[in-house]
Amino acid sequence: MLVKLKVNGEWREAEVWPGASLLALLRDQLALVGSKNACEQGECGSCSVWMDDALVCACLVLAGQADGREIRTVEGLASGDRLHPVQQAFLESGAVQCGFCTPGLIVAVADLLEHDPAPSDLVIREALAGNLCRCTGYAKIIDAVHVAAEKMR
Amino acid sequence: MMRVLLPRTLDEALEMKAASPDAVPIAGGTDVMFLLNFDRFRPPALIDVSRLPELRATRYEGDRFFLGAGVTYARIVRELTAFAPLVQASRSVGSPQIRNRGTVGGNLGTASPAGDALPVLAVYDADVVLGRAGGHTRTLPWAEFLTGPKRTALAPDELILGAWWRPLRGPGSFSKIGTRNAMVIAIASLCLVLDEEHRRAQVALGSVGPTIIRAGEAESFVAAAMTSAGAWDDRRVSLPPGVVAEFAERVAAAARPIDDVRGTAVYRRHGCRILARRSLSWALEDRRLAA
Repeated sequence: MLVKLKVNGEWREAEVWPGASLLALLRDQLALVGSKNACEQGECGSCSVWMDDALVCACLVLAGQADGREIRTVEGLASGDRLHPVQQAFLESGAVQCGFCTPGLIVAVADLLEHDPAPSDLVIREALAGNLCRCTGYAKIIDAVHVAAEKMR
Repeated sequence: MMRVLLPRTLDEALEMKAASPDAVPIAGGTDVMFLLNFDRFRPPALIDVSRLPELRATRYEGDRFFLGAGVTYARIVRELTAFAPLVQASRSVGSPQIRNRGTVGGNLGTASPAGDALPVLAVYDADVVLGRAGGHTRTLPWAEFLTGPKRTALAPDELILGAWWRPLRGPGSFSKIGTRNAMVIAIASLCLVLDEEHRRAQVALGSVGPTIIRAGEAESFVAAAMTSAGAWDDRRVSLPPGVVAEFAERVAAAARPIDDVRGTAVYRRHGCRILARRSLSWALEDRRLAA
């Protein structure tokens, strides 16, 4: 089936298998491989994107459900060579180990800070509960959220 | 070849469902997509109900409240603060990403005994509203709708429209047991409300039986104990610890748990006992503070 959707501000079209997920559409058809494919069941948050401004797991959205919708992915965060403050904060805080969970976490943190510019540790933990880091680098990730919040103030 | 049906209105969706009764509804996708992603499920057709404005409605009609099947858990947490146990259950669902997509209609349609919203609907004595093409609807009490584990009374040409209930006045909570504070399928869950108006206790258990269980015997026991203690007339009056413990025993006795990958039957029954004791104590404390 043909799906038309706005991705990072640009209207795109993709021909997908009717049972395909939005994640498969983004990665396989549009070559936007920043959103990672890990658990495919909404457990890990590696494929976090925005659909019409709501944070979602792209693996749990049927591609057809995204037809006509506006999607923002991790690729849409930086402007040219200038990183988004959350990306910069992850670099500065050493919040990246193997890096696989990083794109999903950066999207989830950016979403959190859009809603709460100065979150407490408890709020951060609840907001990031659906993003798994198997290197277990959570302490640095929480540091990075505070650094990003400071940069965005 | 699988087909995807993309209706824009409820009428259109019901016509499509009548014409393709084998089409599987998908809303937030949290149950359906993982089966598709893992090649475990190849339905002939999917019908996307996530865009139907009629299912996203919440409204009062007289003394009843209607919750549309397509209302997400994130919206419940933000908008339905009057229903504290429902908000607590909704906040315990998955993660922010899951709560932004998952719906109460999905909990009803999947009919897992672990569905977090279901014990709350059971405590509210909710009725489930089902729609069929031609403007036909029928309403079933939750216990007649949920017929077994992952089994419902939904007919192939029907869609779940939502649930009705009469708001209860009184303290209550939802609590659940799992390995983390998030992303957890309940090992045991419990909803309790003390209904001040009708002087009843309402208690439902999740994840400890083939479907949601109301602990009727424990409910009558605690309501009677509150009557003899004079607690319904004076909110400052609490119950003796022995009565709270006896209530917890009776709730645990109502469970019909099994051993599975998430926990043993013994652990689950014990969990019910703890959740029952705590939630009754919280409710009694809330009454005392309100007095």
